Amino acid sequence: MQKIAIRVDDLTVAYNYKPVLWDIDLEVPESVLMAIVGPNGAGKSTLIKSILGIIEPIAGSVSIYGKPYDKQRKLVAYVPQKGSVDWDFPTTALDVVMMGTYGRLGWIKRPRSKEKKASLEALEKVGMLPFKGRQISKLSGGQQQRVFLARALVQNASIYFMDEPFQGVDATTEIAIINILKELRKAGKTVIVVHHDLQTVPEYFDWVTFLNVKKIATGPVKDIFNDDNLTKTYGINYKVAVNK
Amino acid sequence: MELSEYFSQLFSDYTLRTITLGTAILGAICGMLGSFAVLRKQSLLGDAISHAALPGIAIGFLIREYQIDPLEKVSVLGRVFNKIVTVIQWVLDLFGGGTNTLLIGALISGVLGTFLIRGIINRTHLKTDTALGLVLSLFFGFGILLLTFIQKQPNANQAGLDKYLFGQAATLVESDVILMASVTGVCLVILLLFWKEFKILLFDADYTKTLGFNTRFIDILITFFIVLAIVLGLQTVGVVLMSAMLLAPAAAARQWTNKLSVMIVLAAIFGAFSGVFGTAISASQNNLSTGPVIVLVTGVFVAFSFIFSPGRGILFKQIRVYKNRRDLKLQKTLQFMFDIAKMHNDISHPHAIKILNNFQGYTRGTLKELEEKEWVAVQGQKWSMTEKGYDAAANLYNTN
Repeated sequence: MQKIAIRVDDLTVAYNYKPVLWDIDLEVPESVLMAIVGPNGAGKSTLIKSILGIIEPIAGSVSIYGKPYDKQRKLVAYVPQKGSVDWDFPTTALDVVMMGTYGRLGWIKRPRSKEKKASLEALEKVGMLPFKGRQISKLSGGQQQRVFLARALVQNASIYFMDEPFQGVDATTEIAIINILKELRKAGKTVIVVHHDLQTVPEYFDWVTFLNVKKIATGPVKDIFNDDNLTKTYGINYKVAVNK
Repeated sequence: MELSEYFSQLFSDYTLRTITLGTAILGAICGMLGSFAVLRKQSLLGDAISHAALPGIAIGFLIREYQIDPLEKVSVLGRVFNKIVTVIQWVLDLFGGGTNTLLIGALISGVLGTFLIRGIINRTHLKTDTALGLVLSLFFGFGILLLTFIQKQPNANQAGLDKYLFGQAATLVESDVILMASVTGVCLVILLLFWKEFKILLFDADYTKTLGFNTRFIDILITFFIVLAIVLGLQTVGVVLMSAMLLAPAAAARQWTNKLSVMIVLAAIFGAFSGVFGTAISASQNNLSTGPVIVLVTGVFVAFSFIFSPGRGILFKQIRVYKNRRDLKLQKTLQFMFDIAKMHNDISHPHAIKILNNFQGYTRGTLKELEEKEWVAVQGQKWSMTEKGYDAAANLYNTN
């Protein structure tokens, strides 16, 4: 039996009156590469954000490797949606990646050569080392996404949450990113990705969660990625060519 | 007084020195903190806060001049207000600020306005701009109401109250400047201490939260210093135009650099110079209201930066665009000629210039330029391609 990396109990989130997430129970085993799929407004990003404490849930609890998330922050890294920040901010690619080291440093302490070295390595891993000094607005969408990924990599976490990392990136970047994610899983890390493209789910992921306000299903892609669950999640008779 | 006279007396005249030092420090701290406001897209927060400070000034004035406390009737609120005044007075004394009831009033109502804005945003469906607009106009309206009430008072010694609308640097005294310098000093220390935290919060607040930082604390720290800077500047620049003091130097500085630290230093420098020049002009021209003059000076910095900064300025951008288009036209013409030349076994076979007229990118100028580059040889009404031009054309888009 695999260890449980993330455990979510009774999670309920509402912005105003209507719940966005209703009574989510979820267990994610260690060392899987999991997609969260569901229609627009299903609460995919909200699920990630409430697990990470960015949004405060109405009810529910989250534990990471059996302990409350608050005590396990250093085990968790986050890649937000690319569009959530202002890329015209006056800073360089390397500087953004260095931010990944801030959590371990804690308050007031400045990053030193050790942190810089780790950041350069992370940039190299995502193929962005030649762009380290570049102002971030002068990077392409795919390059910006890679910088965000590098920032998470430098956190050296056990669990990675990513919010639509493939949005608006070209095929080359998509393959580069998914290869890094697969490597992470091989190294025993758990990776959770909010994903939109149903066609690529069987090819990229080994675990999947169907979400539409409620959790529809969660489990191995080969067992539960079928027309039945897709129809339940998307409401229409969804036929997708699944290569089993 | 002439402008030159002002600067020549700057080092000998005590009053001038005080005023100039005061506005320089004020400009610096406003530029510094304004950078944060601009980068957080909270440019209008400063405007709302400064307007929100006006009723506080009026109440402070009433308390000082008449021992009237308009809030006394709402007795609990009045007593709480007085307690807060006592505490802040104590802190002010600590920084050498001396007794300044008006400033304390401004600070309290500025902070109150800020909390109200946050409350409206967090608890209602209203958007930020609506909340800012609401608080700005409501507080300002109440402030103006109180000012007219004060004017109706018998024996009112209102001298100096109207200066809070548009600012009057000439009224700065040494204790004001000491207070400004102390606050700027503390602000600088905090900025250096929490540099990393400020920077990451400005760029990506959600991510900062996941790293375990208390983003609310950092946020309140930044906002508090912005409120402080505004309150300190009210006497000099005035309620109405204070926000320009925060925004203009930062907007100008952003044009010159892509580095946060450089931007903040530049903004501080621009702010300081705006303060000094603005005061100088105002003092030398029969004590014009300082606020509008300083703001116009910052406007000059902004205009200059928008046009002439090398990276983001309109001028150089336009020049780059123009040059780029010209290069492309040249290359396209060369390629057109290349396609013609290619049809002959002998590439240097001469062709009539006339046929080039069919090509849209072609002008006499481009032909001349191509000749200067020795890509093309021109003889009479004929042109022919050179060896060098042929190679250049063949490799045009292989470089990318």
